[in-house]
Amino acid sequence: MSDNKSLENLVTQVRRDILRMVHKVNSGHPGGSLGCAEFLVTLFNDTMKLNDGFDMDGKEEDVFFLSNGHISPVIYSVLAHRGYFPVEELNTFRLLNSRLQGHPTTHEGLPGIRIASGSLGQGMSVAIGTALTKKLNGDDHLVYSLHGDGEMQEGQNWEAIMYAAGNKVDNYIATIDYNKKQIDGATDDVLPLGSLSAKFEAFGWDVLEIAEGNDIQAIKDGLAEAKSRTGKGKPVCVLLHTEMGNGVDFMMNTHAWHGKAPNDEQLESALAQNPETLGDY
Amino acid sequence: MKKYTNTGSKDTRSGFGDGLTELGQTNPNVVALCADLTGSLKMGDFKNNHPERFFQIGIAEANMIGIAAGMTIGGKIPFTGTFANFSTGRVYDQIRQSVAYSDKNVKICASHAGITLGEDGATHQILEDIGLMKMLPGMTVINTCDYNQTKAATLAIAEHHGPVYLRFGRPKVANFTPADQTFEIGKAVQLTEGTDVTIIATGHLVWEALQAAETLEAEGISAEVINIHTIKPLDEAAILKSVAKTGCVVTAEEHNFLGGLGESVARTLALNTPAPQEFVATQDTFGESGTPAQLMEKYGLNAASIVKASQKVITRK
Repeated sequence: MSDNKSLENLVTQVRRDILRMVHKVNSGHPGGSLGCAEFLVTLFNDTMKLNDGFDMDGKEEDVFFLSNGHISPVIYSVLAHRGYFPVEELNTFRLLNSRLQGHPTTHEGLPGIRIASGSLGQGMSVAIGTALTKKLNGDDHLVYSLHGDGEMQEGQNWEAIMYAAGNKVDNYIATIDYNKKQIDGATDDVLPLGSLSAKFEAFGWDVLEIAEGNDIQAIKDGLAEAKSRTGKGKPVCVLLHTEMGNGVDFMMNTHAWHGKAPNDEQLESALAQNPETLGDY
Repeated sequence: MKKYTNTGSKDTRSGFGDGLTELGQTNPNVVALCADLTGSLKMGDFKNNHPERFFQIGIAEANMIGIAAGMTIGGKIPFTGTFANFSTGRVYDQIRQSVAYSDKNVKICASHAGITLGEDGATHQILEDIGLMKMLPGMTVINTCDYNQTKAATLAIAEHHGPVYLRFGRPKVANFTPADQTFEIGKAVQLTEGTDVTIIATGHLVWEALQAAETLEAEGISAEVINIHTIKPLDEAAILKSVAKTGCVVTAEEHNFLGGLGESVARTLALNTPAPQEFVATQDTFGESGTPAQLMEKYGLNAASIVKASQKVITRK
């Protein structure tokens, strides 16, 4: 367990990492990355039971899959600060010959990543597969995954959602980053999702919402509740209400920063709002 | 010329099913996934013997490939089963990202490949799958010729770490390779020795190539028949050694000439010792309904076509 103050300090540093990474290469996805910083920091440093070091098989530890791979900056920063690889390596994000590809991959052997993601809609199936293997292995640790809300427009998700409920994959917690925005605009304008909670429930999942998805205590409480609901015959869905671009005033309340890097001036303003806490890489 | 005997026609998919049954008993890490075609894929024995290791996914092939990729994390060896069409084209991106690019130890086992699926017609037949799969970096592509070889290949791929596409078919075909064979991935099998033409065949066309070689022998043409069960990685040394002797090649496959075995052989020859080549394959077309034998004849995928192609290629030397 980690105290909220140290988690908040880490979130601030992760925000700085995200902003500096995408600024340096003038590409990448800061909006969704910032929106999920509190969640992923809390998940990796408070919620999940993780072994030291990295092993692809992830036996006898919790396992996480990022399905919306475009928010690679945040997962890279969180993994680095959790000790999976040197924080300095964030400096190579999206550069030639880097292990930190534009979207996360296993291909270059980056510790902490177990599947490639980026082409959307595939991560839930993969997570279900690992959850099934954990059951076969008698391993009672959990599988977590994170998905974009726009990503729910991909049909494969609904195959996976149907399967997980029908087969009682109850050692699995899928979280949806419910920021209601995607590249082309509001999800309601692009393709309305309707009620995600009603849909998941109709498919047979146990659904809970974290209304303050950028508040560490709310995330801690919500994930504790989600964990308490595992092992009861149903997969668990967490609808995480987040603000895209959270922590940088001009990146919030808009979808404009989904896949756009700040310029020098914007970076300076964004960093000023998030003073260095643990030291820049 | 060495002669081969059909010891009793069987479908190659039963070779897969029986191989999987054996793996169930010998390898506790093997798991099987099926998308509502358990009977067609002959996975029933595995399902009955090991219900805890059998996963009925339903009609949801994309989810099946993703689940298979995830199951490798923790040490399982997933074998997925559905028709070749639904094993490849339908789920290309899932295979590409979650299996091939992620280097997952998934065995994609595909029945009813090619035109011999028969009466269901072109929606279910696929003549493009070898091309789709061989283009994926790191993917091993195998197309077996009879029951015995399919069973041996099924056992062998469980021992090979990495993604594999195993292609086999629906109809009963001649069973002529040894029951006790060891299947070596990437190793060509020379079936006859010859001096005038090399016939390189894969899958159901291997038996046809042997029939063609007998006809050619009666005409005084000496054909060397090579069974290429592994299209990727290709046994280039075996191909070049044979062509150095015969000076020309016929390739034979139940697949489009675009993207198939023939193109892989042509590339090998072009890079080393260019030689005349004829392609027995479908000619950039979809299939249609009919019996397997009718379709093989109409689309020129039989011994008679191989004989004609051999006669022609020899004149081009």
